[in-house]
Amino acid sequence: MLKILLLFSFTLTTLTFFLSTQSITEAKDIKIGMVTDVGGINDQSFNQSAWEGLKRAKSELAIKVSYQESKQDADYASNLETLMDGKNDLIWGIGFKMSDKILAAAKQNPKQKYAIIDVGYEKTPANLIGVLFKSEEPCFLVGYIAGKMSKSGTIGFVGGIKVPLIQVFQYGYMAGAKFANPKIKIIDQYAESFTDAAKGKAIANQMFKQGADIIFAAAGSVGDGVIEAAKEQKKMAIGVDRDQNSLAPDTVITSAMKRVDHAIFNVAKDLKAGVYKGGTTITYSLKDGGVDIAPSTSKHVPANILKEVDNLKLDIIKGKLVPPATENDYNKFLKSHKL
Amino acid sequence: MSSKLKNIFFVLVSILIGFVIAGVILKLGGFDPFEAYKIMFLGIFSKLSYVSYTIIKSTPIILTGLSVAFAFKTGLFNIGAEGQFIIGATATAYAGYFLNLPSYIQIPTILLIGVVAAGLWGGVAGFLKSRFGIHEVISTIMLNWIALYLQNYIVMLPGFRKPESEASFDINASGSITILENWKYSDAGVAFLDLHPLIGDFLRPPFNAGIFIAFLAALIIYYILNKTTMGYQLRAVGFNKHAAEYGGINVRKNMITAMFISGGLAGLAGSLHVMGVSKNIAILAATEGYGFDGIAVALIGGNSPLGCVLSGFLFGGLKYSGAKIQSAMEAPSEIISIMIGIIVFFMAIPKLFKILSELKLKKLSKLSKLQK
Repeated sequence: MLKILLLFSFTLTTLTFFLSTQSITEAKDIKIGMVTDVGGINDQSFNQSAWEGLKRAKSELAIKVSYQESKQDADYASNLETLMDGKNDLIWGIGFKMSDKILAAAKQNPKQKYAIIDVGYEKTPANLIGVLFKSEEPCFLVGYIAGKMSKSGTIGFVGGIKVPLIQVFQYGYMAGAKFANPKIKIIDQYAESFTDAAKGKAIANQMFKQGADIIFAAAGSVGDGVIEAAKEQKKMAIGVDRDQNSLAPDTVITSAMKRVDHAIFNVAKDLKAGVYKGGTTITYSLKDGGVDIAPSTSKHVPANILKEVDNLKLDIIKGKLVPPATENDYNKFLKSHKL
Repeated sequence: MSSKLKNIFFVLVSILIGFVIAGVILKLGGFDPFEAYKIMFLGIFSKLSYVSYTIIKSTPIILTGLSVAFAFKTGLFNIGAEGQFIIGATATAYAGYFLNLPSYIQIPTILLIGVVAAGLWGGVAGFLKSRFGIHEVISTIMLNWIALYLQNYIVMLPGFRKPESEASFDINASGSITILENWKYSDAGVAFLDLHPLIGDFLRPPFNAGIFIAFLAALIIYYILNKTTMGYQLRAVGFNKHAAEYGGINVRKNMITAMFISGGLAGLAGSLHVMGVSKNIAILAATEGYGFDGIAVALIGGNSPLGCVLSGFLFGGLKYSGAKIQSAMEAPSEIISIMIGIIVFFMAIPKLFKILSELKLKKLSKLSKLQK
């Protein structure tokens, strides 16, 4: 038995030696790779949006792109390393779950360029870019639309997991709705999941029973269930991250878009031009189109409301109106506007 | 012995068939299977850091495999390794953060807390079965969900949750089992590893003592099952619980013991994962699959401790290297799940033939009786 084992390990070592001495052909094209979080590449949400951004970079900028899916939290570090060994010029981490791992990788490998979505560090290393989105801005606008369009006077919010990143969506949305209609009643609930569509559907049905007629879900695939419930009950839903109108054209009246693809494409374009803003945090807002409400909004929302929304958008861009992102800011916002 | 050899032969053939069929599927998808297998092979053996990663990824599933295999041997089907893993990880992370003792006490203490907590978690299913006759498949599946949401609840407890994140604080460094962790980031360590790139490469991933503890666990389980009275009783209950009871063995007590040990093994996997790799626990949107992978590992390993170690490495290697074909040739890494499914499927087939032939024999004997 021992002999066989020894022989086996000996063969492996020699094989390894021969195979590893093969040289890898160097390509001169720019290569960008991304590591998805556990949501996977087809999450109908930010991972998918990120990949769309990279695919656009591939077709318009002739950049070589690839992705590496994570199945477990423990995969992040090894996936980042796989892409580094794949000689990528820039490696994206998609989502704040990877924040510690990508920071550690950036410190360990100072020559490798990195970037990450949804994270802003206090001290960003020179080989890392953080990208943030002012999600409260589009959420404020869709909240305003919900406040104006609700006939029952009750609307709902379904969140994924109660973390600050998702609460931003909630408070932006609630502030917008209150701003449109101070008497509006808002029901909120967290699904404690980003994947359980059945749970989203159950929560949505419960909210409809309580009188809500519009629900906004910021909860990954849980939102698919919310939209499905709204479609069956002939109520309205508001999509998130991408323009989700295509999922239910008569039901999804608008979407709060977070253009992850936009951010990824812009960084790729910079890189092609030889610019890399390492060590900084890039924040996208309504001003630069990094966040927005969906173009399909005009299909369902009456022109007079749309006009008000456009005016609000201008106010936000000019800084006259600052949508709240936290519970504290939300309470202050209500006080200062006497709502 | 000959039947054992036969079993090993069936396993090897099944693995071969798995590779062939997965290759055909890759080919149908427009990918070169040889290229894919080459990438996978190089992805494990071409760098020491890859070997290190393969070992790290194999450690938890070797243990969950042992957990499932141990329960199988005693006639129980533990689908709850997933939840027991979570409980072990949670208990160790919690104790590891709030306790701060010298390393040589801290490490065994928090490890034991994780193992015992998960053992009790598994024991609950054993108790429900022995006392109320609730089938362990049902109770363990449900306990998985309870464990998942319990972890999510505990992570968010104020004082334990790292503010502004969805994870807990890291465990105290005294509870870490990552090898040379402090040294490899220190100036002296970095300087030494620069001079010795091979060792540096191997230590770059969070290589930890978990694998040695897993080997030890496999040895202990082998010993318990084959060399002790308790193991004899457990196996007797597994073969035929009525006969065992007739022979004076306390079946109920043995069921609880079996589930306690099985749960403890899965919990050990979770504890080692926290102490060696993740250092904290995070909110989980869904179970991560360490326990479910353990079922496949146990099946491929023929429910023997040594088999679990080997199949754990096979499975860990396939999962780790299989992910690499995605970025290298844009082939879907799901092919690995298909391959493992096929291997398990074909391994079940010889058993199917056995069952069928036994049925045939029974029928024949019945017929011959009737004719008489």
